[in-house]
Amino acid sequence: MKVTLTTNGQTQDTFIYTGGKAWVDGQPTAVMIHGVLNDHSVWILQSRYLAHHGYNVLALDLPGHGQSTGAPPATVAAAAAHIWALLDVLKIEKAALIGHSFGALIALQAAAERPAACTHLGLVGIAYPMRVSPVLLELSQSDPLKAIDMVNTFSHSTLAPPPSALGPGTWLYGASRALMRRILRSNRTDNVFHIGFNACNQYAGGEAAMGVVTQHAVKTRFVLADGDQMTPPKATKSLTSLAPHATTAMVHGGHQLMLEAPEETLRAIADFLTV
Amino acid sequence: MPGYSDPGFDTLSLHAGAAPDPTTGARAVPIHLSTSFVFESAEHAASLFNLERAGHVYSRISNPTNAVLEQRVSALEGGIGALTTASGQAALHLAIATLMDAGSHIVASSALYGGSHNLLHYTLSRFGIETTFVHPGDVDAWRAAVRPNTKLFFGETVGNPGMDVLDIPTISALAHDNDVPLMVDATLTPPWLMKPLDHGADLVMHSATKFLSGHGTVIGGVLVDGGTFDWAASPKFDNLSAAYHGFHDMVFTEESTVGAFLLRARREGLRDFGACMSPHSAWLILQGIETLGLRMQRHMQNTEAVVAFLATHPMVERVGHPILESHPSHAMAKKLLPRGAGSVFSFDIKGSREQGQAFVETLKVFSHLANVGDCRSLVIQPASTTHFRMDAAALKQAGISPGTIRLSIGLEDADDLIDDLKRALRAAEKVGA
Repeated sequence: MKVTLTTNGQTQDTFIYTGGKAWVDGQPTAVMIHGVLNDHSVWILQSRYLAHHGYNVLALDLPGHGQSTGAPPATVAAAAAHIWALLDVLKIEKAALIGHSFGALIALQAAAERPAACTHLGLVGIAYPMRVSPVLLELSQSDPLKAIDMVNTFSHSTLAPPPSALGPGTWLYGASRALMRRILRSNRTDNVFHIGFNACNQYAGGEAAMGVVTQHAVKTRFVLADGDQMTPPKATKSLTSLAPHATTAMVHGGHQLMLEAPEETLRAIADFLTV
Repeated sequence: MPGYSDPGFDTLSLHAGAAPDPTTGARAVPIHLSTSFVFESAEHAASLFNLERAGHVYSRISNPTNAVLEQRVSALEGGIGALTTASGQAALHLAIATLMDAGSHIVASSALYGGSHNLLHYTLSRFGIETTFVHPGDVDAWRAAVRPNTKLFFGETVGNPGMDVLDIPTISALAHDNDVPLMVDATLTPPWLMKPLDHGADLVMHSATKFLSGHGTVIGGVLVDGGTFDWAASPKFDNLSAAYHGFHDMVFTEESTVGAFLLRARREGLRDFGACMSPHSAWLILQGIETLGLRMQRHMQNTEAVVAFLATHPMVERVGHPILESHPSHAMAKKLLPRGAGSVFSFDIKGSREQGQAFVETLKVFSHLANVGDCRSLVIQPASTTHFRMDAAALKQAGISPGTIRLSIGLEDADDLIDDLKRALRAAEKVGA
């Protein structure tokens, strides 16, 4: 479905994948937020499962990405504000926020802004600070296709993944590269790659946000991957040390763990949401 | 796999899609000869059927051995995924059946394998799918053939047997301007020679029977999706962008931004038409792919030697290989196929039809049969075999004369191949004396 928001006189459509199910009143809501140069489809298995197991799922394309219009969020805070604006329009008062990578930073920031409205906070493939190397940051601007290849290589941990989003026979290196290229092409005016990386690189509110989340005891789970070279588990310590109430699930895979380890990632999320 | 770039071709040929078996430790890919796979629970079964979880259910839809082959060919072609099929013809049919309905139209190269020509020209027309054939090098003809109901451009990377090299960048751009994808049959140019997706093609199919398998032991096909064509943006593919009642009202383009075609092709095409590959066949093809790079190198070396020999022989009228400057696709081959334009090509013997037959029957190292891409060298006369259903005009359009001989150069010693050809040409000369 598409949801239209009007901000400062500007309208924009946000595409939301609902997991192949219509809205059911009274069910809990799970919001799934993708990372840089991705879209809703990176969650396809987990979102479809949750939608058929008692959740209203909102897997969105961030503004300016894929099927969503509008300016891509230049900061994590702007993206977090968009999440709440979207939920306000849909009249959803409480939701689980689950994000991957850049999307995890967005989920964290959004949870800190309205901790009472966040039932669960799922931080998948997160690191903080989420520094992007100067070389890669520059390359995402000057030669984005080359930068995509670099990111793609570091986002996968195996040449033999299990059956994944498109079923058996999916070649994840190719699928991830094709998606990043498609999302880059989907925005003719803004380089969503560079803007997204820049937002990750500049985000400095992680500790404060986690402090708020901890103070309000928002149920929190880190879902990390042992082979993640983009956001290695050790780069999460600055956040985990601030969240003694949080749990951590370590899955066997790389940065694209939703695709490389779909079953383990699903269990880590689905079990968490029942807590 | 850590590193600054994707693994290379030979590494992928050996490792893509396969890791040591977690249960037995087997290093080679196991052959999973099982029709079906046990569910963990009723809930697990339901979620697999509803595409909430990924896994194997029934070997007509997917199989662990076949999945390794699908990942491996995808990796080598640079695609997002693939489907294995019972034959190359089944791969072609699966692609068309996924994209088309009665009333759809295809623009195709006239220089096609005879079996593909049969399917498009005779068989699919019975089901309301029409094809307009155009010379692969005539860009204006491709453009002029487009109709409002056109849904696919189709050609061979290197036409059989004239070896017209398809100008993939130009033809794919034209296809995209008309909101349709370009599919290519890359059977004669396995990915060691060229990756059509890198040049603009959207779908790639192989008769894996040929070079991918490489040993003349198995029939099979592979259909690779590049994930490049935007099905949702084209107004022509409701099959993928509207709710499909045949599969839980799924909107395939919403489920997967880049993989809508693959989803429907597997969930409808393999489910309903059922032209799946045997896991044993998949394993044999995987064995072949493990040495694909090495074999193609030798195929090309031998082909260069044989072409050079034939090109200067007095009994030879014409040699049709793009390696020769005289070939109309010479420049295109240098651009798209720098490692070589393949080892299947044709030549014309001077003299009568009887002399041609004497040539074929005298060969001893070359085998007279209807196949190409074997490790053994092969020979056939297209007009009386692979292309026999074509009338004279269609044969001419495909670049075939009654005296045309097609060779598929294998991996034997080049000197032995040349000696065999020498003897056969001498025999042909004697018949004409």
